[in-house]
Amino acid sequence: MFDWLKQNFLSTKTFYYSSEKFLPWLSAAFLVFFGYGLIFGLFVAPPDYQQGDGFRIMYVHVPSAFASMMIYMMMASCALMTLVWRIKIAAICMASSAPIGAWFTFLALVTGSIWGKPMWGTWWIWDARLTSVLILLFLYLGFIALRSVINDPEKKDRASALIAIVGVINLPIIHYSVVWWNTLHQGPSISKFARPSIADSMLYPLLAMIVAFFLFYAIILILRMRNQILLREMKSQWIKEVIYES
Amino acid sequence: MNRKQKNRLMGAIVFIVLLGIAVGLVLYALKQNINLFYTPTELLKADVQPEQSVRIGGYVKKNSVQFDASGQSVRFVVTDRVNDITVSYFGVLPNLFREGQTVVVTGKINNKILQADQVLAKHDEKYMPRALEKKLKAEERHAA
Repeated sequence: MFDWLKQNFLSTKTFYYSSEKFLPWLSAAFLVFFGYGLIFGLFVAPPDYQQGDGFRIMYVHVPSAFASMMIYMMMASCALMTLVWRIKIAAICMASSAPIGAWFTFLALVTGSIWGKPMWGTWWIWDARLTSVLILLFLYLGFIALRSVINDPEKKDRASALIAIVGVINLPIIHYSVVWWNTLHQGPSISKFARPSIADSMLYPLLAMIVAFFLFYAIILILRMRNQILLREMKSQWIKEVIYES
Repeated sequence: MNRKQKNRLMGAIVFIVLLGIAVGLVLYALKQNINLFYTPTELLKADVQPEQSVRIGGYVKKNSVQFDASGQSVRFVVTDRVNDITVSYFGVLPNLFREGQTVVVTGKINNKILQADQVLAKHDEKYMPRALEKKLKAEERHAA
């Protein structure tokens, strides 16, 4: 398993060549899940008994929120690998993930706000869930900002990895904020241990959208990482060959 | 894993654990400030000044919503099923406001009545089609 990983992914050169093969498959899977989720979520799923058609913004809001946290987890794991084992590809993955995660967090906040105005009666409230997600956005932005002020690539990776690891504390806080404190945001509808409190006809498109968002992340991540590899190793011989071939 | 890497890994783990404990203690100390609202029972126990703004949360008591003749101001009772607080509000109520629903109300206490500046509706985590809801209600009635 480890050898297979090492051969295919752990060096920048092999990653560059083997990642290309995954892109068409990931894109095809993304289109299938996204198409299913969009059509069934927006047109086929029945209106909610309380919120009517307004609940459909969930099909963007929930997957964005899931993705924003999952991407942070990915970023922090890469940060640990960067700090402990100094794996170059992990640092590249960490750096490439940050802007994608920041955009998903932004999207979750904006769609939540648009949803909150008609249903709750306010665009924003400083409750524990909303505030902790805002802090997640600031962590992403802080990570990106810190990287942009350090020039030395190794120092840049190590310093920003530390920020990413510090921010991990925020993830359980976001997740449990609606349980630990009383908030305006409701509790989770999908949990690992209980039957989801959402009807099946509404749940399946939601799950498809969550998968689609993760696939989207994977695709954009690979594209960004390939780009980063080309930039970082501009001077190496194999990149000259890549450029010469194209 | 060589020795250097082992040390770095241990360092990282110790760092995360200590940070977690520190953040946990801070959040525990701030517990009351992070909570968005008082329940009616907590409010009765709390020491609230007359001009102080407070936020309470609870269910809108069944059959307690009364509009005045103009239909613009409304009076209702918020309950946590133990204690009740009467709320009076002038303004537009959110879409999801209805009896039995949870609300979060901000305002000032005046003569034991909460004069609200803002009424927010909280919705639960349940989503279901209208047809299913009707069926569930019918079953409930049948069982009762």
